[in-house]
Amino acid sequence: MSNTPALTVERPSPPVKAKRHTSPTKRKQNRAAYLFLLPFFIVFITMLVIPLVYAGYLSLFESKLIGGSVFAGLANYARALTDPQFLGGLGRVALFFIIQVPIMLGLALFFALALDTMRARGSKGIRLLIFMPYAVPAVVATLMWGYLYGADFGPIAQIARAAGLGTPDFLSAGNILYSMMNIVTWEFIGYNMIIMYAALRSIPGELYEAAEIDGAGQFRLAWSVKIPAIRPAIMLTVIFSIIGSFQLFAEPSLLDALAPAAITNGFTPNYYAYNLAFINQELNYAAAVAFLLGLVIAVISYFVQLGSERSARRERKGL
Amino acid sequence: MTVTETRTLVTPGTSRRRRGGSRHYDPSRRRSMLLTVLLWLCALYFILPLWWLFVSSTKDNSALFSTFGLWFAPELSLWDNLQTLFTIRGGIFIRWMLNTVVYSTVSAFGATLLAAMAGYAFAKYEFPGKKVLFSATLGAVMIPLTALALPTYLLFSQAGLTDTPWAVIIPSLVSPFGVYLMRVYAADAIPDTLIEAARVDGAGEFRIFWQVGLRLLGPGLVTVFLFSLVATWNNYFLPLIMLNTSDLYPITVGLAQLQAAASAGGGTQALFSTVITGSFVSIIPLIIAFLFLQRYWQSGLATGSVKG
Repeated sequence: MSNTPALTVERPSPPVKAKRHTSPTKRKQNRAAYLFLLPFFIVFITMLVIPLVYAGYLSLFESKLIGGSVFAGLANYARALTDPQFLGGLGRVALFFIIQVPIMLGLALFFALALDTMRARGSKGIRLLIFMPYAVPAVVATLMWGYLYGADFGPIAQIARAAGLGTPDFLSAGNILYSMMNIVTWEFIGYNMIIMYAALRSIPGELYEAAEIDGAGQFRLAWSVKIPAIRPAIMLTVIFSIIGSFQLFAEPSLLDALAPAAITNGFTPNYYAYNLAFINQELNYAAAVAFLLGLVIAVISYFVQLGSERSARRERKGL
Repeated sequence: MTVTETRTLVTPGTSRRRRGGSRHYDPSRRRSMLLTVLLWLCALYFILPLWWLFVSSTKDNSALFSTFGLWFAPELSLWDNLQTLFTIRGGIFIRWMLNTVVYSTVSAFGATLLAAMAGYAFAKYEFPGKKVLFSATLGAVMIPLTALALPTYLLFSQAGLTDTPWAVIIPSLVSPFGVYLMRVYAADAIPDTLIEAARVDGAGEFRIFWQVGLRLLGPGLVTVFLFSLVATWNNYFLPLIMLNTSDLYPITVGLAQLQAAASAGGGTQALFSTVITGSFVSIIPLIIAFLFLQRYWQSGLATGSVKG
C-alpha cells in the first residue's frame, strides 16, 4: 500500500548533496522532525497497525467448545469465501458502489461546476444548503429518512397517494438497498461537492482567459479545462466513497428495526462482522471477515487509483 | 499538467481573490435564469428532509401520524416535546449531548495537533525515512476504520479501557487525511525563509513551530479540526461497540437506543416525537459550527484539495 500515486504530490525537492557526515545542525533538525512525528505515529501504530496485526492473528484461530482457541490456519478465510452471507453482503455493497457512487459524484461534480460559473443567483446559499446534510450524523439521517419513507405517515407516501399513485414501499426487500443509496447520497453529495468546488476555486483565472480567447463555451471549458484540473480532488472523493460504501453500517443496522424482513444479518459485510462478533460471539471468524473486508477495500482503492493514473498519463500524452 | 502549474500560483487564504487577474473573465456579468431555477429546485432535495424534521419536532405523537408531514399541525407542541426530551430518564439527553461535545472536541483538538505537527514535519524537513513514513500515512487513508474497530475493541477490553471515554477518544485521534491536508497546507503557508530567519535569530525548532508555524496554519487547522470534529460527532459504530453504560453514550448511540425503544414497545409510542425532537436538537450545534467557520475551512480546503 506504499504506492498511492494519485494522492502523492512530491514537491520537486532540491537535490540533496551526498554527504558522508551530517552536520550538527542537520542532525538537530532531523531529531526535531522525528519528535514532531512521534505523537502521531505512536497513535498511528497503536490504533492502526497493532489492531490490524491483531485481527490478522485472531483470524487464524478457531474457538472450540473443548480445548479453547485452536490454530486453524486459513480455515476462517476459506469459510468466509464460501459463506453466502458474507459474499451476499459483499455483492450488495459492490452493487451499492457501482450505482450510488457514480450518481453521487456525478451530481456533486455538476453542482460544483454549476456553482463555480457563478451564473446562478444566490450561489452561496445553494452551496450551504447542499452541504448542510453533511453535518447530520448517519444515525439521524437514517432515522429521519426511515420516517420519511414510512408507508402511513411518511410525506412521500402521502403525496403519492394524493396524486393517485398508490403507496410506494421503500422498505421492501427489493427496494431497501436503493432507499439506502438515497440516504447516503443525500448525506454526502455536499461533502464531495465542497471538495471539488474548493479545488475549482483554486484554478488560476489565466487558464480561463486562454480558453475564452479560443472561444470555448461553458461546457467545453468545464470538460477540457476544469475537470482535468481538479482530477486529484475527484480522485480523493472516489477513494473516500469506496471506503464509505464498503463499510456501510449505521444505515442497515438502524433500518433493520423498520424492515426486519428486508435486512438480514449479513446485509453489509460490516454489519455481518458486528453481528458475528457481538451477537454470535464468533470473534475469530468476525476478525477474518473484518480483515478480508479491509483487504477488499484496499485492493479496490489501489486499482482505481492506478487506473486513474494511467488514463491521466494517456491523456497527457495525447495532448 | 495543469495541477503542477497551479501549485506555484496558489497561496493559502487567497482563494477568493485568485481570479482577479483576468479582466475578460467576469462571470458575475451574466446570470442564467435557467441555472438559478434548476439549482434551487435541486436544493429542495437537500433541505426538505430537514424541513420535515423541524416541522415534525413541533408535533405531538398523534399529529405526527395524522397530519401532512411537510406542514405544521394546528397545535404546536414544540415546547412540550423539548420538555419531554430534556427530562426523559432523568435528563439523560443532556448528558448524551455533553458526552458528544466532550468526545468530539477532545478528539478533534488532539487529532488536529498531531496532524499539524506531523504535517509540518513532512512539509518542512528533509530527513531519512520521510518518504516511507508519508506513504504509510497515505496508505492508511484506505484502511477502513470500522473494520479496525473490532480488533481495537478486543485490545481495549484486555487493557480494561472499554466502557470508558478513552475508548472513543483515543482511536479518533488518528487522522491520516488530516496529516495529508496539513502537509500540503504547511508547504505553502509557511515560507522556508521565515523558518531560516527564526533559526538565525537562535530560535529552537519547537519554538519556531509554536510561534511561527502554528500561526500561519490557521485555516488549515480549522479545516482539519472541523472535519475531525464531524467524524467523531457523527461516529456510531465505535461508541456502539465500546460503551455499555448509557450514561457514557454519545448522542448517536443514545438516539438509536431511544428509537429502538420507541419501535419496540407498543405502550411507549409517545417516544417517536421525542426521538424526532432529539434528532432535530442534536444537529443544531454542528450546523452552527459550519456556518460560523465556513470562511476558514473553505479556504483551508481550497489549498488542500487542488493538490491532492
